[in-house]
Amino acid sequence: MDIATAAAPRAAAGVDRAAARAFADEHIVPFADAWDRAGAVPEELLEQIARAGLWAPFLPVELGGSGVDMVTLAAVHEEVGRGCSSVRSLLTVHTMASWALQRWGSPAQLDRWARDMAAGRVLGAFCLSEPGAGSDAAGITTTAVREGDGWRLNGVKTWTTGGQRADLFLVFARTESSTVALLVPRASAGVTVRPLDDMLGTRASLIAQIAFEDVLLGPDALLGPSSFASGMVLSGTLDLGRLSVAAGSVGIIQACLEAGADYSTERTVGGSRLKDLPLIRAKLSDMVTDVRAARLLVAEAARLKDAGDPATIMATWVAKYFASTAAARHATEALQIHGALGFSSGHPTGRFYRDAKVAEVIEGSTEIQRLTIADEAFRRWTA
Amino acid sequence: MTEISVAAQLQSFVEGRFPQSSIATDQDIFSLGYINSLFAMELVMFIERTFSVTVPNEELRIDNFRTVEAMSALVERVRSTALVG
Repeated sequence: MDIATAAAPRAAAGVDRAAARAFADEHIVPFADAWDRAGAVPEELLEQIARAGLWAPFLPVELGGSGVDMVTLAAVHEEVGRGCSSVRSLLTVHTMASWALQRWGSPAQLDRWARDMAAGRVLGAFCLSEPGAGSDAAGITTTAVREGDGWRLNGVKTWTTGGQRADLFLVFARTESSTVALLVPRASAGVTVRPLDDMLGTRASLIAQIAFEDVLLGPDALLGPSSFASGMVLSGTLDLGRLSVAAGSVGIIQACLEAGADYSTERTVGGSRLKDLPLIRAKLSDMVTDVRAARLLVAEAARLKDAGDPATIMATWVAKYFASTAAARHATEALQIHGALGFSSGHPTGRFYRDAKVAEVIEGSTEIQRLTIADEAFRRWTA
Repeated sequence: MTEISVAAQLQSFVEGRFPQSSIATDQDIFSLGYINSLFAMELVMFIERTFSVTVPNEELRIDNFRTVEAMSALVERVRSTALVG
């Protein structure tokens, strides 16, 4: 079935944690290791996500979405992330592009793109990182120069999740005076996509390097303000991406917990089950505790987003920091519980281990988060 | 709600983010080095939530956020536009 003919998204009632968990158990979990080895998810999966209405369910019904709130969206991304971080990563970047369009798009831009993005007929990707600049927006060298009433775009973006498959790129580029966000259709002349294969983590997330060579764009490519506030487009988009990565990290912890509990119940060493060994129990206790804490932090950040409360920004930093570092820690312990089995090709704990590390790097590294979260101390607890 | 109370709420929010400072309503907060894109986003979210308005893209100009007075004027302008619209 072609994705363009996929059924319309379900109504809001059909998109929730339970539905996402069932979807992940049926369509993701059994296949995730094979996708990881192959280095790509199949087109069929993208169509299944579209049929389930999971690409951008937060978009309002009038734009073709299901109008779910951010708390629900985070739960969906957690459940998908429990199954496969590569798939969750594809949801993350599509969510970022779709949200930026919804928040900053003109009526004409919404009319052109929103319904197709809600239905998954158009998939979005987020283009910020460059070969010489990670998420350091001040260091980007891609340029957008005025050409008539439009733009001429030149530069190279890399490590673009979903880039191999995306139809619409949200590209951040430098102008003479500021940064702009541009909507760039993949089909534009001058766009070249080069797959980046054999990555260490999120191997199946269709990562690519995208070159833009004298790409001519109309005035309708500009998303949001082009002046000082253009940084808000980037910050807001990254903020939502951060929530998604945090939710996906909770999913990784949950997956580690489930795998660790199952294996330690069946595996015996010296006549004892692993589950009865105190040091194994300690690992599982920490997983149980941290997955609850991380889930609550993510839910709180999402609730604040739903309320339009600016405190969501710091709450999201905190949630992502806690959840991603906990995921990396518990993926290490899950691997330890499984021993050599965990290192075997096709066993999920090795994938959890590699994917959890990605979450500590993207959408604000752990180091950047620790620098930023410290501001909270000085804002609230100094005389 | 009067303009004074709008200004007072804005002033309180800015000072709450930078509790070591006292901000006058006509003080250029950009010149104090307080603004980055994250804070700008927080500021817009605060304005939209507190005063039940949506700041349109064309109003997202630096001069509209330079002082508490400018932000107060922005709130009133957006409110009146919404009422007319």
